[in-house]
Amino acid sequence: MNEIARDPAADLGRLERLEGIGCARKRREDPRFIQGRGTYVDDIHLPGMLFGIMIRSPYAHARIKSIDTSRAKAHPGVHAVLTAEDLKPFKLHWMPTLAGDVQAVLADGKVSFQNQEVAFVVAEDRYIAADAAEMVEVEYEELPVVVDPFKAMLPDAPVIRDDLAGKDVGAHGARRHHNHIFNWQIGDRDRTDRAFDAAAVTVSQDMLYPRVHPCPLETCGCVASYDAVRGDLTVWITSQAPHVVRTVVGLLSSIPESKIRIISPDIGGGFGNKVGVYPGYVTAIAASIVLGRPVKWIESRNENLTTTAFARDYWMTGELAADTDGRIKALRVKVLADHGAFDACADPTKWPAGMFHVCTGSYDIANAHVSVDGVYTNKFPGGVSYRCSFRVTEAVYLIERMIDVLAQKLGIDKAEIRLRNFIPKDKFPYHSALGLDYDSGDYTPALQKVMKAVDYDALRAEQAAKRADPDCPTLMGIGITTFTEIVGAGPSKSCDILGIGMFDSCEIRVHPDGSAIARMGTISQGQGHQTTYAQIIATEAGIPASVIQVEEGDTSTAPYGLGTYGSRSTPVAGAAVARASHKIREKARKIAAHLLEVSPDDMEFDLDQFRVKGDPARAKSMKEIAWAAYNNVPEGMEMGLEAVDYYDPPNFTFPFGAYLAVVDVLKATGEIKVRRFYALDDCGTRINPMIIEGQIHGGLTEGFAVAFGQELPYDEQGNVLGGTLMDYFLPTAVETPHWETDFTVTPSPHHPIGAKGVAESPHVGSIPCFSNAVIDAFAHLGVTHTGMPHNAYRTWQQLLALNIAG
Amino acid sequence: MIPRPFAYHAPDSIGAAIALLSDFGDQAKLLAGGHSLLPMMKLRFAAPEHLIDLRRIKGIRGIDMQGDEISIGAMTTEREILASPLLAMHLPLLVETARQIADPQVRYKGTIGGDIAHGDPGNDHPAVMLALDARFVLVGPHGERVVPAADFFLGTYVTAIEPDEVMTQVRISKPAVGSGACYAKLKRKTGDFATAAAAVVLRMDRGICADIAIALTNVAPTAMRAEAAENALRGRPVEDAAIAEAGDLAMAACEPAADLRGDEAYKRAMAGQMVRRALRTALSRCTG
Amino acid sequence: MAKKTVVSFRLNQADVDVLVEPRELLIHTLRDKLDHTGPHIGCETSHCGACTVDLDGMSVKSCTVLTVQCADLDVLTIEGFAKGGQLHALQEGFMQEHGLQCGFCTPGMITRAYRLLQEIPDPTEEDIRYWMSGNLCRCTGYQNIVKAIQYAAAKLRGEVVETSHPMMAEVTV
Repeated sequence: MNEIARDPAADLGRLERLEGIGCARKRREDPRFIQGRGTYVDDIHLPGMLFGIMIRSPYAHARIKSIDTSRAKAHPGVHAVLTAEDLKPFKLHWMPTLAGDVQAVLADGKVSFQNQEVAFVVAEDRYIAADAAEMVEVEYEELPVVVDPFKAMLPDAPVIRDDLAGKDVGAHGARRHHNHIFNWQIGDRDRTDRAFDAAAVTVSQDMLYPRVHPCPLETCGCVASYDAVRGDLTVWITSQAPHVVRTVVGLLSSIPESKIRIISPDIGGGFGNKVGVYPGYVTAIAASIVLGRPVKWIESRNENLTTTAFARDYWMTGELAADTDGRIKALRVKVLADHGAFDACADPTKWPAGMFHVCTGSYDIANAHVSVDGVYTNKFPGGVSYRCSFRVTEAVYLIERMIDVLAQKLGIDKAEIRLRNFIPKDKFPYHSALGLDYDSGDYTPALQKVMKAVDYDALRAEQAAKRADPDCPTLMGIGITTFTEIVGAGPSKSCDILGIGMFDSCEIRVHPDGSAIARMGTISQGQGHQTTYAQIIATEAGIPASVIQVEEGDTSTAPYGLGTYGSRSTPVAGAAVARASHKIREKARKIAAHLLEVSPDDMEFDLDQFRVKGDPARAKSMKEIAWAAYNNVPEGMEMGLEAVDYYDPPNFTFPFGAYLAVVDVLKATGEIKVRRFYALDDCGTRINPMIIEGQIHGGLTEGFAVAFGQELPYDEQGNVLGGTLMDYFLPTAVETPHWETDFTVTPSPHHPIGAKGVAESPHVGSIPCFSNAVIDAFAHLGVTHTGMPHNAYRTWQQLLALNIAG
Repeated sequence: MIPRPFAYHAPDSIGAAIALLSDFGDQAKLLAGGHSLLPMMKLRFAAPEHLIDLRRIKGIRGIDMQGDEISIGAMTTEREILASPLLAMHLPLLVETARQIADPQVRYKGTIGGDIAHGDPGNDHPAVMLALDARFVLVGPHGERVVPAADFFLGTYVTAIEPDEVMTQVRISKPAVGSGACYAKLKRKTGDFATAAAAVVLRMDRGICADIAIALTNVAPTAMRAEAAENALRGRPVEDAAIAEAGDLAMAACEPAADLRGDEAYKRAMAGQMVRRALRTALSRCTG
Repeated sequence: MAKKTVVSFRLNQADVDVLVEPRELLIHTLRDKLDHTGPHIGCETSHCGACTVDLDGMSVKSCTVLTVQCADLDVLTIEGFAKGGQLHALQEGFMQEHGLQCGFCTPGMITRAYRLLQEIPDPTEEDIRYWMSGNLCRCTGYQNIVKAIQYAAAKLRGEVVETSHPMMAEVTV
C-alpha cells in the first residue's frame, strides 16, 4: 500500500500511467490471441517430430490375454508400438499419482476402466498413426464390472486392483475392503452426536454430486523432445503445474531435474483438467527417449472426456440439527467418494478429501463431524477440482442445500434462515468446528444488498401468486446461496503435493532503463496473469505496468512454484509478487536516499518515486533509481535491482458471495429457463475489475453447465456414456443466461495486498444456487431435493411423480 | 478422428456422378454438405473407397417456384433456405425448420438433399417433407423418377434411393392460402437432434379443420405421419380438447428409442407436447 | 494409401498449392502444412467451432471439410484479419470488451463474427447469441463476446465507440 497521497488530481494522472491495482487494464496477452499468434501445445512443430496415438480398452474390466503389434509395426511410416512390456525395462509402466497411489501407464495384464491406455502407436504423422492404431490386435477376457461405489464395497464385489492384494494400509491409512481406498474423518464425533440427540429439529438429505468433467476447449497433450547427445529432455505440455510435472518426470525417468525443461505454453483453458500427469505424457516422453525424435501426443475430445481427470462423483449424506428458530446446532456429513480405478485425486497429501471440511460454510455451527470414504470402481481416474479449490464445490453444495432443507422443514424463509446463522462480523478471524481459521467475512450486508437489488419480497410475492394459480404453465423457483470458499492452498504446514510445500514464487528484475521482467511459479490458462501481476508490481514498486514483462510456465527460467489451480495464483503467487515488489522498493529507498544524501528513514514512497519527507520537490523517480542501481549504489550494497520471494502463506483466504437465481420450470416439458441471476462476490482487494467480471461470467456459465446438463453416466457394463460434445453439455451463447454482477470488498487481513482470489467462487457458489432455485420451485409440493443435472428429462420425471406434468 | 483412405471424385454433371456410382457400386458414397457423412467416416463407422462430391454439379442447387410448385435443388444449403425471400413468403415452415437445425456453420454446408437422403430419423427435414407431401426427384442410369415423401423413408438410414441414384430436387406444393404451419422441436441445446419434434400444416375453414398434416421427428425408426391424430382433428374445431387428444394420439403412434435425451416414456410424452405446441402455433398462423 | 493430389486455393488472398491425400481435413492442412495455427482443434466433431474459417463467404468448421473440396476457393483465417499492423474492428472489440480469456476459441469466434457482420451489420444481442451459437467458449460466458461484436459492428458502421470497461473504474485516490 502507498504510504501517502496528497494531490488527487495529479495523483490520478500518475496512477493512470502506472496502470496499477484497481485499473481495468486491457490484457497484455490479447494481441497474440486475437491475431491467431498464440502458441498452444498442438501449435508446436519440431523438425523430425512424430505423432503418437493411444490404443485404449473397449472394456471396463478385463484381462489382457495378448497384444499383437506386428501388423501395426509393419505398416509404412510407423516407428514404434509401445506396450507395458516395452516400458518395463525403464520402470515406466506404472507411475505414482498425486494421491499416493500408483496408476498403470500402459495396462499391465489387465484393464480396470473403459478407454484405459493399452498401447501407444508412434508414426510419421497423425494419419498414419490412426491407420496403424486399427492394426493393433488385443485379446481380452472380460471380468465382472462394478461402477456403483456402494456395490464396490460389498463383500463379494469384484477386485478392481489386483496389484494392491494384501495391502491393508494405503496412503491415507487403513483400508477395510479390497476396493476401499481410505476413511478420513474430521471434527468431534461425540459432541456432534450429542448435539443431534439434544436438538429440537433435525433434517437429513442424501445427494449425489454427479461425475462431471472440466472439459477445457483445448484437450490435453504434449510434445516430448529428448536430445540423446545433450542428455536433456524438453516437454511442451498442457499443464497447470509445470514445476510439479518436472519433479514427477525426474522421479520417473531418473533424469536429474536440471536436465529436464517443462514448458507450459499458452493453455487453452484448464479448470482443473490439466493438473494431473497422464499416461499419454509419459508414453510420449518414453517414445522420444527410445526413438531419439520429438513425439507429439494430443488427446481427442472423447479421450479427454473419458480418461483425463473427472471431477466430483461424491455421494453425500448431510444432516443438520437446529432449534425451532432454525439456529443450527450441529452438522454431520458422510460421503462415499468414487475415485475410479486408480486414486489420482489432486489433493494436498494430508487431506484426501481436500478442503471438504469448509462444509460448515458461512454459518456459525458449533459442532460438526465429517467422514469420507474413498472407493475404487471400474471408472476412469481423476477427482480433480473442476474450477474450484479441492472439493470445495462439493462442500458448498452440501451446506447450501442442507440449509434450504432445514428452512423448508421449519417453514422459515430461505434468506432469513441464512441471516440467522451467519458467522457475525465481530467473530472474525473465526475458528470453525472443523478446524479452519476464516480470515475475514461480512456476510449480512452482502446478502441484504442482493435482496434489495432484486426486490426479494416482490419475487416471493410473485411466486406465491403463481403457486395459487393451478393453471399457471410454469413453476417459479428462487434460489439463494451465501457461500464461503477456501482458496489459496496453502500453508506448507498443512498443504503439500508429493512432499513439496504449496508455496509459490516470484522473481523480479528491474533493468537499467527502469523496465522490468517478472517470473512466477504459476501459469495462466486464461486468467490474465501477464496483466494483473504487472498491476500489483506497478502499485507496490512504482514501475509502470506497461514496461513490465511477465513470464510463466518455463521451468528453466521461472522460479519453482506449485502452479495455478484452486484459485491460488492471487492468494499465493500474488502475495509473492507483492513481497518481491516490496523488496525492490526497499532497496530503491536506500538508493534514493543515497542519491539525495539523506537517511533512508527520511524518504517516503509516492506512487512512482521516493521523495524527501517534508521536502517533496526533492525526489527520485523509480526510473532514475533503476539507472543508479547499475552505477551508483551506497557503499556496501550489491549492484542491480532484483528480488525473489517464495511465499508460504500463513493461512488460506476465504472469499465469499451471495447469489440469487430465479427460474421458471415449464410443466409441459420440464424445460427450465433461468430468468435472472444476480451474483455478488467479495474477493477482497480487487486488482482488475474487468478481469474479475470476466472470471465471474465464466464461472457462472460453467456452474450453469454443471447444474443443468453435465454428467458422465455409466451403464452396467462400465461403458461411459455421453463422452462427446453432442451429449456432454457445453452451453452456447443461446443457452447461457445473462449475468448480473456486484461486489463488496472485505480484504484478507493476512495477505500483503488483501486479495483473496475470485475465479472459482462463481462456479462453487452458482451450482447450489441453481439447484436451490429448481428445488424451490417444487418446495410447496414437499420436494426437498432433486438430483443434478436439472435437465428437462429429469425435471419432467419430477413433475410426473407429482402428477403435474404436461 | 481420421477417415480411412479413399479416392475422391468431383464430377461436373449428374450423368458423370451416376456413371461413377454405377462403376463403384456400394464402395462409393455421395458427398453433399458432408456433415453427416464425414463425421461417420472420421469415426471409421463409414469407410467408402470412393467419395463422389456433388459440389461441382450445376442445376441441383437453388430455390424456384413455378405456379404453385416450389422446387428446391437437393444441394441447396440450410443457410440458403434460411435466407430465401421466396421461402419466407411462400413456405415459412421450411425457414422455421432450418433455423432449428444444427448451428450456423453447419448450415452453410448442410444441404436439404443430404438431410433427407441420409434417412436419419433424427434429421429434421424428413418429417417436414412428410407433412408437406413433398416429392423427391431421383435420377439414375435409366432416367428420372419422382417419389413421394410418404414412400421414401423405409427405415433408419434406409430410403427408396437406389445405390446408383442421385436425389436432385425436392418439390413441394405451396400450402393453400390461409393455412398455417409450425415446426416445434424440443432439443437439449444448439446443435442437438430433437428429443422429439413435430411438423404441422393446418388449413382451417370457417373454424373447422379442413386439412391437417402432422409428422414427427426422432420418435420412431423413421420420420412418421401421425395419422390417427390427423383423423381426429379433420372436420372438427381445433380447440383445447381436440389439441390435447391429437397429442395423445400422436403419443400412441410413436415408437421412440431411449437414449441420453430421455427414456421411451419421456420421448413419447414430448412427441405429444410438440404436436400440441405446433398445433397451437399453426392455428394462430391460420388466416382461413 | 490413396494417391496424393495437388490442391490450389487462395489463403488470406495468397495463392497456395498443397499436396494432400483426399482424406486430409482442411484444419490439418492449414495447421500442419501451411503453418496457419490460428484455427484450433477443439472437438473434431464439428461442435465447438474453434476451427472455424471463412470459405468462399461461408463460415465453416474446417475439421469437417476436406482440403480437396477447397480447390479454387477463397479461405480466410484469423491470420488474414489485421492489415498493415492495423487490427480489424473485431480484434479491437474483443480486446476492449474482454471478449476472450484463454484465447483458444478466439480465432474461430472472430472469424465467425466477421461473416455474421457481413450479413447483419447491426445485430441485436439476440441475433448475436443465435448466429454465434456454432462457437463454444468455456471461459467468458459469452456476455463480453456479445459486447465485443457490438463494439466492432458499431465501429464498422462508422460510429464512435468506447470500451465499457473504463480504465480507472475503481481507483480511488
